[in-house]
Amino acid sequence: MNYPVKHSFSLGVILLALWLGMSGKFTVFMLCLGLASILAVLYIAHRMDVIDREKFPAHVNVPLLRFWLYLSREVVIANIDVVRRIFTPGKSISPQMFELPQTLKTDLSCVIYANAITLTPGTVSVNLNKESITVHSLSKEAMKDLCSGRMASLVPEDYKDE
Amino acid sequence: MIFTVAALAILVTILLGLARALLGPTIYDRILAVNMVGTKTSLLIAVVAVVSERTDMIDIALMYALINFIGVVAVLKFISQGNFYTAGKDEHSK
Amino acid sequence: MILVEIISWIFIIAGALLGVAGGIGIHRFPDFYSRLHAVGITDTLCASLFLIGLVMQTGMSIASIKLCLIFILMFFSSPTSSHALADAAFLGGLKPQLDKDDD
Repeated sequence: MNYPVKHSFSLGVILLALWLGMSGKFTVFMLCLGLASILAVLYIAHRMDVIDREKFPAHVNVPLLRFWLYLSREVVIANIDVVRRIFTPGKSISPQMFELPQTLKTDLSCVIYANAITLTPGTVSVNLNKESITVHSLSKEAMKDLCSGRMASLVPEDYKDE
Repeated sequence: MIFTVAALAILVTILLGLARALLGPTIYDRILAVNMVGTKTSLLIAVVAVVSERTDMIDIALMYALINFIGVVAVLKFISQGNFYTAGKDEHSK
Repeated sequence: MILVEIISWIFIIAGALLGVAGGIGIHRFPDFYSRLHAVGITDTLCASLFLIGLVMQTGMSIASIKLCLIFILMFFSSPTSSHALADAAFLGGLKPQLDKDDD
């Protein structure tokens, strides 16, 4: 199980793609500079011990894509809702704070879920522990939406530790 | 023309954010407003870069977005601990 | 070609309007936690619409790659900083104004 080597390699490939995309100059001198900086970053990452068991981000699969599609639709709907509440005169909001029980197994899917809650305007995850997420929501409807567990069921879960 | 309108709208948003940063009753309101102003500034730089066709400036917008994020997290750490050198109490584990 | 221009203008104008709406929102909402949601608008849909519109304007070039990078960066960092703010305020003892009447 030599994951450090494998993951250093994939990190290097991603950094190379990033560098080529950012620089746009392909002379020999610039390519050498890029290679040197990538090697330096790999060395520093190795020293900092940040290349760990977590797979490097390039694991895009079908459930994740489906989750992103669902998430972007939710973000648009929630944005329209919050804008409507801003321009409704009078008292248009009913803030709620509640504990949302969560049963996701791995830390990573838990973090993805909490970040997705925060990304949709109208709900913000305030605190996070193993059993529950404390959520502040702008309205009762958003609270009921979250409690129905539709979003939680779509979070991709098959991130196993190698 | 269209970019002038967009840039003006961003400037109005920045103004509103600055007003909130000045008025904000709690320190968290001020940090929130500064965070928003930072995001808008990064967008403004991107718009100006596209208008003036100087694509180097988009790098500046990218850096601004990064530094904005790191700055907000650093300021939050500072106000919750009072300094930068302690590791902080592990308040989440209780 | 002109169609792409018009669509990108629509995106940019919609993003600008959403930004101003968020700016009004942080003055309209009563307490810190509800202002977080108003800032959420300007961080998510407003920034996305702006950047997509700008990518349409620049077309296929290095600039659009960089704009996409800004988009990815904001997409990942803005919920993190929102959560950090809410978490710090909550642990710092700031109480939200809640709506308790019916229900």
